[in-house]
Amino acid sequence: MKLFKIVKRDEASKLIFFLTPILAIILTLIFGALIFYFLGFKPLEALKFFFIVPINNVYGFSELLLKATPLCLIAIGLSFCFKSNNWNIGAEGQLTFGGIVSGGVALLFYGQEGFYILPIVVLAGAVGGMLYALIPAVLKTYFNTNEILVSLMLVYVSKLLLDYLVVGPWSNPEGFNFPETRQFSESARMPILFEGLRIHAGIFIALAAVIISWVVFYKTYLGFQMKVSGFSLKTAKYAGYKGKTMILLVFMISGACAGLAGVGEITGPIGQLHRMISPDYGFTAIIVAFLGRLNPIGIIFASLVVALTYLGAETAQIFLQIPKYTGQVFQGMILFFLLASDYLLFFKIKFLGMKKNELRH
Amino acid sequence: MSLDINFIGVLIASIMASSVPLILAASGELITERSGVLNLGVEGMMIIGAISGFALMIVTDNLFIAIIGSMLAGIIISSIFGFLTQSLLTNHVATGLALTIFGIGMSAMLGKNFVGIPGKEFPVLFDDLSETIPFFGPILFGHSIVFYFAFILPFLTNYFLKRTKLGLMVRAVGDSPDSASNQGINVILVRYLCILYGGAMCGLAGAYLSLIYTPQWIENMTSGRGWIALALVVFSTWNPIKILIGAMIFGGITIIQLHMQALGLRIPVQFLSALPYIMTIIVLVVISRDSRKIKLSTPSSLGKTFYKEK
Repeated sequence: MKLFKIVKRDEASKLIFFLTPILAIILTLIFGALIFYFLGFKPLEALKFFFIVPINNVYGFSELLLKATPLCLIAIGLSFCFKSNNWNIGAEGQLTFGGIVSGGVALLFYGQEGFYILPIVVLAGAVGGMLYALIPAVLKTYFNTNEILVSLMLVYVSKLLLDYLVVGPWSNPEGFNFPETRQFSESARMPILFEGLRIHAGIFIALAAVIISWVVFYKTYLGFQMKVSGFSLKTAKYAGYKGKTMILLVFMISGACAGLAGVGEITGPIGQLHRMISPDYGFTAIIVAFLGRLNPIGIIFASLVVALTYLGAETAQIFLQIPKYTGQVFQGMILFFLLASDYLLFFKIKFLGMKKNELRH
Repeated sequence: MSLDINFIGVLIASIMASSVPLILAASGELITERSGVLNLGVEGMMIIGAISGFALMIVTDNLFIAIIGSMLAGIIISSIFGFLTQSLLTNHVATGLALTIFGIGMSAMLGKNFVGIPGKEFPVLFDDLSETIPFFGPILFGHSIVFYFAFILPFLTNYFLKRTKLGLMVRAVGDSPDSASNQGINVILVRYLCILYGGAMCGLAGAYLSLIYTPQWIENMTSGRGWIALALVVFSTWNPIKILIGAMIFGGITIIQLHMQALGLRIPVQFLSALPYIMTIIVLVVISRDSRKIKLSTPSSLGKTFYKEK
């Protein structure tokens, strides 16, 4: 006798829509414990060092916010693209290019001070990311080219460009040939919020992005158009939406956000350009966007959770010699489980045994 | 540098060698896509294949086990993708991305103890012939078995898709899953098999890199080749024979770029290294511009989930 049957829901469940991300995180923890066990670590102790120790003090918590800031900002940008069915997966490249442009501008002001410098540097980064994202967008709209592949190829190109600049023309003349530029002047740095911590004013840019995107998504015609295009491109065409303009626009927004995240990194904790300005924030933000359900508020929580995997991986490496890539494995698993649990949105499990008992009574 | 005929022969041989992983991965992905499934996890499956092959080689000291093991590893990791997209009806693009992120992390974790260990020499076939015959010798002889397999594979794939009943089923499932299902074909099963096959080929492509091409384990050693393979499938307009041409073009760029670096031209190394990626974009633009041609050759149900009401 079959105990249960899988039935299609008439309507996707709203409650489950926001519960499944939590389910995905729980499943990731369980499977993560299993992985630790097979690697020869005590699962509970490993999880403790991964998810609790990193944030059990003020410094740790501020580091969490520091890492969540770029993730949140990029994911907000990406959700514009993903909502409207545009697969920009090259945010890492847009972050890098934004970092290059703003870093270049910051170097122009080397040794100078002035209140006007930081806004120019920030703007340069946003424009840089925006222009870089326009490449896949223009190629998609006017040349029918697959944006997934183009945006991804551009990641490699931007990283090589950064490498060229910091080794070659922009390298610090007094830097003993280290692959890095000069330190930016104090006026080109993001203000630090609290003495002794690394958390900087970039977090306000991320919060502004959250608010603006919330308004755009739920209160404007553009948000509605994006939603319709996401559900069905045919319907969007039929309704007469200007598809091409929208594609260009969402890519520009997304690129600008990634560029701003790049600015935050180089003018915040780093303070110069070097080879590694981002530990793959651009790719990880894809997971953040999905985990947050493309919802600005959801993305805030998701960015905190995913930022914790970064911190946890560092802590676990220091204390338990667990390889730092475990963080990436966790990130991949979260996305797997999230996608898998989406099944519950459209299907429900009906237990058949129960009904028979009810009839007998 | 003398431009004698033998040197050109060796140059062509090295171009062919660098195109092998692209041919293998793209041929595998082509079958997957012809069945209507878009698996963006090629990079992740390749890197898992690379570490599995290398690790098995070091541990068992057996080439056969290493090669088969890398394919099995590709199958295992692609089965995650299969289960999610086919049984749980998840979005192909997002699942494929998750597979790549997971694969890269997992490979680095598995490969922690294998960094810096030199690989073993992989046996080559007809080595003596490669030096005795001018020009054709280095092109045709003195390569590994995987090399020869890669250059036969597109033709086998073409034959499979066009001349066999199973190949017809794959195409039917990709072009019209509903009518295929009505004809009594188990769409989900066919797609599962195509995904696993794609995984095996990507695993093999990765093993070629870590066992034969540059016999060692380096983190992230696939360096975007999986994505280039995906671009090649579009370039080929889903025709296996054209994969051969595309892979040779990219192999050519990679090798010529390396030679230019060795010559010490005044072009920065980074610009030369960026060439294959820029070239991929240019090629994609040229191919995709004709939207009608792309539309006609793309499997109609590519990337769409299939659900049959029971």
